[in-house]
Amino acid sequence: MLDPAQVTMTETTIDKAAHKTPVAMARRIRGLSDRAIAWWFVGPTIILLLAVNIFPLIWTIYLSFTNFKANRPNRDIKYVGLRNYERLLTDTDTWIAMQATAHFLFWTIFFQVLIGFTLAWLINKKFKGNDLWTTIIVLPMMLSPAVVGNFWKFLYQPQIGFFNYVVTWFTGAESSSFEMLGSVNLAPWSIVIVDTWMWTPFVMLICLAGLRSIPDYIYEAAVIDRASKWRQFWTITLPMVLPFLMLAILFRGIENFKMFDLVVQLTGGGPGSTTELASINLKREAFEKWRTGYSSAFAIILFVTVFGLASIYVKALNKVKER
Amino acid sequence: MSAYSITEPSKRVKWIAGILVITYALVTIVPILWIFATGFKTPPDSISYPPKVIFQPSLEGYVNLFTTRTRLAQEDLDALPPPRTWYEAIVRNRNMVIAGPSRFGERFVNSVIIGFGSTFLSIFLGTLAAYGFSRFKVPLKDDLLFFILSTRMMPPVAVAIPIFLMYRQLGLSDTHLGMILLYTAVNISLAVWLLKGFIDEIPREYEEAALIDGYTRFQAFMKVVLPQAATGIASTAIFCLIFSWNEYAFAVLLTSGTAQTAPPFIPTIIGVGGLDWPAVAAAASIFLLPVMIFTILLRKHLLRGITFGAVRK
Repeated sequence: MLDPAQVTMTETTIDKAAHKTPVAMARRIRGLSDRAIAWWFVGPTIILLLAVNIFPLIWTIYLSFTNFKANRPNRDIKYVGLRNYERLLTDTDTWIAMQATAHFLFWTIFFQVLIGFTLAWLINKKFKGNDLWTTIIVLPMMLSPAVVGNFWKFLYQPQIGFFNYVVTWFTGAESSSFEMLGSVNLAPWSIVIVDTWMWTPFVMLICLAGLRSIPDYIYEAAVIDRASKWRQFWTITLPMVLPFLMLAILFRGIENFKMFDLVVQLTGGGPGSTTELASINLKREAFEKWRTGYSSAFAIILFVTVFGLASIYVKALNKVKER
Repeated sequence: MSAYSITEPSKRVKWIAGILVITYALVTIVPILWIFATGFKTPPDSISYPPKVIFQPSLEGYVNLFTTRTRLAQEDLDALPPPRTWYEAIVRNRNMVIAGPSRFGERFVNSVIIGFGSTFLSIFLGTLAAYGFSRFKVPLKDDLLFFILSTRMMPPVAVAIPIFLMYRQLGLSDTHLGMILLYTAVNISLAVWLLKGFIDEIPREYEEAALIDGYTRFQAFMKVVLPQAATGIASTAIFCLIFSWNEYAFAVLLTSGTAQTAPPFIPTIIGVGGLDWPAVAAAASIFLLPVMIFTILLRKHLLRGITFGAVRK
């Protein structure tokens, strides 16, 4: 225990922490070389990641070659070779899930880039109070996707939902005549709408940083050279924001490829399997049908896909940056 | 008149831009406002057609959120003494009595414990690792940093399969410790990348001066680097907290009772006879409000946080 008499008024919290450290340990820390400190500092993080990320990954790879079922842990684990992968790639369900994911990915990124860039461009006109409105626009992005998705289900209700009411008000269509979440045609778009609502600010913020990074003198030079506004946009603004925009697309791409919480709350993958994205399909296989071996193979395929696509994309991004 | 810039947008352009942005902001905020409004509606008001924008505010949603209730027959109700508290009166109006507290309180406390626990651990480990990566020659540094980042590319559901099996073996399923460790592992990639950026910005000369003054490396880290990085550490901590707070996939797959956090719990709130939307909205309001406040506090560092430090303003 620390003697209160030793504590003087000038001591900082750190000093107190140092006092509380046992003498033997304190002496050892003080005497550490830079090299030792480097390892003591980085080591715990690496160990944690090895235990919670890498070890499970290796286990997943191993399981993907077996017929293991997690709900029957006592059954003999049989090695089945590549059969899980073979079945997976020939299963139409996998391809339906991949197709749903591709549709979701393409359209969310399309709308988010379009609206996000436009908003950033408008905000960059520096009208009065743009900071305040930017903060308001950013809010949806930070909220819990599961909680928000669950509440959007309410907004999407055919009769009582506020979304349907607004659509009715603008188009005159009967509010109970369309079901955003229940109809095979509309459900894929209802998840695109919510994701766009939520994540457009993300693209907007990154674009805004890009626009603000363009120095004024470039535009001044363009004005002196009598370049039209249109020309300025295509030859200065867009090329200089492009690396930022590509970065935003990378982040959104990875996030939406993994998409689970928002959509599972909104549609649960339904109706049928129209909005069953890769992660939702994986969850059904792994935690409802308990086909652990099979779903491990699916997990590995998903990881390789994201990792591969992201690596190729990062190479392209670096080329754009170098220009 | 102040200095005139030829690149400054004209007054008219500013007006048009302002009106368009404000319109978007007002539209985008409606669903959030609707959540908060629905929390103060009565169940019949919440499902009326057309949807009610103006309504008599009521705390029924909040009462329903925190209690479990049972319906009683009229004669049993008449036999009861008059309600003693305002919330009992609200419940009694619906021919029900309070049977006990609901699980929401526990779930909310779980969210707080797991959120703060994992944030503390990620910041503690992350600051050390970030300093190590920033100041020392760590072998394979770039590979390690990329490896730390790539752990974020796995879909959570895919990670959950082996974690589920591992936790079952170790007895960590549905425990606070298990969730704290898992969230720390996820958060640490963000923490290391963000904090490394913040520490990189602190001039090395400060520490070198301290070393010359007779400080050891460790003392220099504690007394020079940490105070300088305080703002960075604080904003990184808030990002980690928001992540753990909002996380759903791991929580729904790996917890079911004792350690369940609020996000998987809120969608399961069901009223007596049909979904109790005011109670759901009340839960969502309580749950989302802290994050909204943090977002406003963080707005200067927001960009950096969401891009893993890739974009710094």
